[in-house]
Amino acid sequence: MLKMIKNISLMVMVALGGISFANASGDGGYEVKRHDWPHAGPFGKFDKGALQRGLQVYTEVCSGCHSLDYVAFRELVALGYSTDEVKAFAATYEFANGFDDEGEEKYRKGLPQDYFPAPFASEEEARDSNNGALPPDFSLLGKSREHLSMFTPWNSVYGEDYIVGILTTYHEEAPHGVELAEGMNFNETFPGNQIAMAPPLFDDAVEYADGTVATTQQMAQDVATFMYWAAEPKMEERKKMGLKVIIFMSLLTIMLYFVNKSVWKNVKKGDDLV
Amino acid sequence: MGSSNYEPTNKAVKWFEDRLPILGLIHGTLGAGYKTPRNLNYWWNFGSLAGFMLVVQIITGIILVMHYTPHVDMAFRAVEHIMRDVNYGWLMRYTHSNGASMFFVIVYVHILRGMYFGSYQSPREVLWFLGLVIYLLMMATGFMGYVLPWGQMSFWGATVITNLFGAFDFYDGMGESILHLLWGGFSVDNPTLQRFFSLHYLLPFVIVGVVILHIWALHLPGSNNPLGIDAKGPGDKIPFHPYYTAKDAFGLSFFIVIFAVFIFYLPNIMGHPDNYIEANPMVTPSHIVPEWYYLPFYTILKAVPDKLLGVIAMFGSILIFFVLPWLDGSKIRSAKFRPTTAFFFWLFLVNTIFLGYLGTKLPDEIMINMGGGIDALTLGRISSVFYFAYFLVIVPLVSRFETTRPVPTSIAQSVLDARKEG
Repeated sequence: MLKMIKNISLMVMVALGGISFANASGDGGYEVKRHDWPHAGPFGKFDKGALQRGLQVYTEVCSGCHSLDYVAFRELVALGYSTDEVKAFAATYEFANGFDDEGEEKYRKGLPQDYFPAPFASEEEARDSNNGALPPDFSLLGKSREHLSMFTPWNSVYGEDYIVGILTTYHEEAPHGVELAEGMNFNETFPGNQIAMAPPLFDDAVEYADGTVATTQQMAQDVATFMYWAAEPKMEERKKMGLKVIIFMSLLTIMLYFVNKSVWKNVKKGDDLV
Repeated sequence: MGSSNYEPTNKAVKWFEDRLPILGLIHGTLGAGYKTPRNLNYWWNFGSLAGFMLVVQIITGIILVMHYTPHVDMAFRAVEHIMRDVNYGWLMRYTHSNGASMFFVIVYVHILRGMYFGSYQSPREVLWFLGLVIYLLMMATGFMGYVLPWGQMSFWGATVITNLFGAFDFYDGMGESILHLLWGGFSVDNPTLQRFFSLHYLLPFVIVGVVILHIWALHLPGSNNPLGIDAKGPGDKIPFHPYYTAKDAFGLSFFIVIFAVFIFYLPNIMGHPDNYIEANPMVTPSHIVPEWYYLPFYTILKAVPDKLLGVIAMFGSILIFFVLPWLDGSKIRSAKFRPTTAFFFWLFLVNTIFLGYLGTKLPDEIMINMGGGIDALTLGRISSVFYFAYFLVIVPLVSRFETTRPVPTSIAQSVLDARKEG
C-alpha cells in the first residue's frame, strides 16, 4: 500500500506541477530573477557588510518615503555594530518629548530603545506627497512580498528577489502599446507593471562607508538583504536552534526505532502464538 | 474509560487509588490494561499524534496570550513584538502557526485512515461522530485563530467567511441579524476580534472534553485494525503498554523531526504572505484565500452559483461524513478486502487534494490550455460533483455490490498465516 501512496502522491505532484507550469508561462509576465543569497539555505547567515550597506541605502534614500515601524535602533547590533555605535546612530534622530512650561514642544535625541521614526505623520500626508500612492512600511516587506509554493518550489518568488526586481527592472519608457497612467512608471516586476514610485536608485546614489562601488544592482541587493533582516531578525538564531533540534530528535528517533523493534521482537512474527 | 485490574503495590498509592482510582483509569486507557489489536500499522499512530498536537497548541497558545493584545490597533504590533522582543517568542509563534497546519495534516490522515479501514462502521459510529465534532471544532478554532494576528488575510478571510452565514436569510433580516451577532457590530472590527479571541481560547478546552469522550467511546469496542475484523481471542490482542507506547514514541519522535523542519526552516510556507501586512478595511487583497485546510470546501462553495446553495453544499460536504456509516452497506470493514472501494477511496483522496489546489485559483483562471481553455471554475464543478457522487452514489453502490476478497478468520490466524509464508 505504501507503494500505491507513493505512486499517487507522485502523480498528484506531477499533475500540479505541470498545471502550474503551464500557468506561469501562459500569462506573458516577466520572471523575477533568482539571486544566491548568503542568508538562504539551512546554514545561511546574513552578510553583515551587506546589512550595514543596506541600512545606509535605507537611511539615505528610502527613508525619505518609507517607514520602518517595527524596528528599534537597539536591534542594529545584529548588523555588527557595537552598542556605542548604535547609541551614536540613534542620537542622529530627534524625537518629540512633551511640552515645556510655555506649551512649546520639546525635543530629545534618539535613544537605542526608540524605533525608526516614520517620514510622514499620517497615511494622508504620505499619500499627498506621493501622487496618491502609499509607500509601504519596510519592516515586513521581505516576507509580505514573498510567494512560497510548497509543491512547486520552482514557482516560488522570494522576498529579497522581488525587492531587487522592483529596484532594477524599471523601463525608461513603457513598451510599445502600454499606456501608463499619470505619474506612473513602468516596472517589469511590479504586479500590473505600473508603479507609482519613481526609480529610486541610480549608480552612486550613495557613497558607501566601506568603499564598495555603489552600482544600482549592488544597492538593490544590499537594501534587500537589510529588509529581509528587518522582516526576520531572528533567522540566524532560528536556523541554529533548528539544526540542534533536528540532530537531537533524529538521534532520539533512531534510538526509539530500535527500542520499538526490540519491544516487538517476539510479538511481531507471532512467536507468542505457537 | 478502560476498565482495569490495576493493583498498586505501594501502600500510599493504594490508599489514594482506593479513594480516587485515577491511576487505574490511566492504566486501563493508555497503559498495559488496554488490550489492543496486535496488528495495528503506522496509520494508527496518528491518533496519539493528534493528541500531542492538541497539547502543543494549548501550551504554545497560552504562552502567546501572555504577550498578545486583542485589539485592532495593537494586535498586529503585538504579534511583531512576540516575533522580535519576547524571548523565544518567534519559536512559540512559529510552533503555534505551523502546529495548526500539522494538527490538520494529522487529523486528515486520521480521518482517512478511518475511512479506508472502515473504522466508522458499527459499532464505532458514535466514536466517528465525536471525531467529526472534534474536526468541526478544530475548523472553527483554526479559523478564529487565523484572525488574531490581524493581517490582511486575517481581516478579509474573516469578512468572507462570516459573510457566508448571511446566506441563511430565511426571513427578512435574519441573515443580517446573524452577521451582526457574529461581528458584534456592522462589519468585522474590534468586537469581532475580541469575541474571536475569547472563543479561540475557549474552544481548545471544549476539544479536550470531546477528545476524552472520543477515547471513552473508543475503549468500549476497542481499536479497529487493518483487517477490520473484531479482535476476539486473547491471541488477537496485546497490551497497549509497552507495545503501542513504544511504537507511538517512535512515531512521535519521527514526526517532531518533520515538524521541526517546518518550524525552523520553512516557517512561513503554509501561511499567506499578505498576513504580514496589517489589516486595512480600505484595501481589498486581489485574491482572498483561506488557510490550506479549508481549500477543498472553499472550492465547493465557489462551484455553486447560488449563495445559499453554495453554503449548504460547503457545510454539507463536511456533514455528509456523519452518514457515512449508513451509506456504506458492506459487512466488511477494511478496504483491504474491497478492491473497488479501495480504488475509489484513492480517487476520492486525489480529487479532494485537487479541489484544494483549485481553491487557490481564481475561478476564471485557465487551468488546461485545450480548445477554448478550461477554467478553474469548470474543473471545480466537475470535482465537486465527483466529491458528492463518491458519498451518495459510489460508496452506497460499491459497498453493496462489489466482489470482496476472503477475510481471515482472526487476527492471530492472519499472523500465523504470514508466518507460514515468510
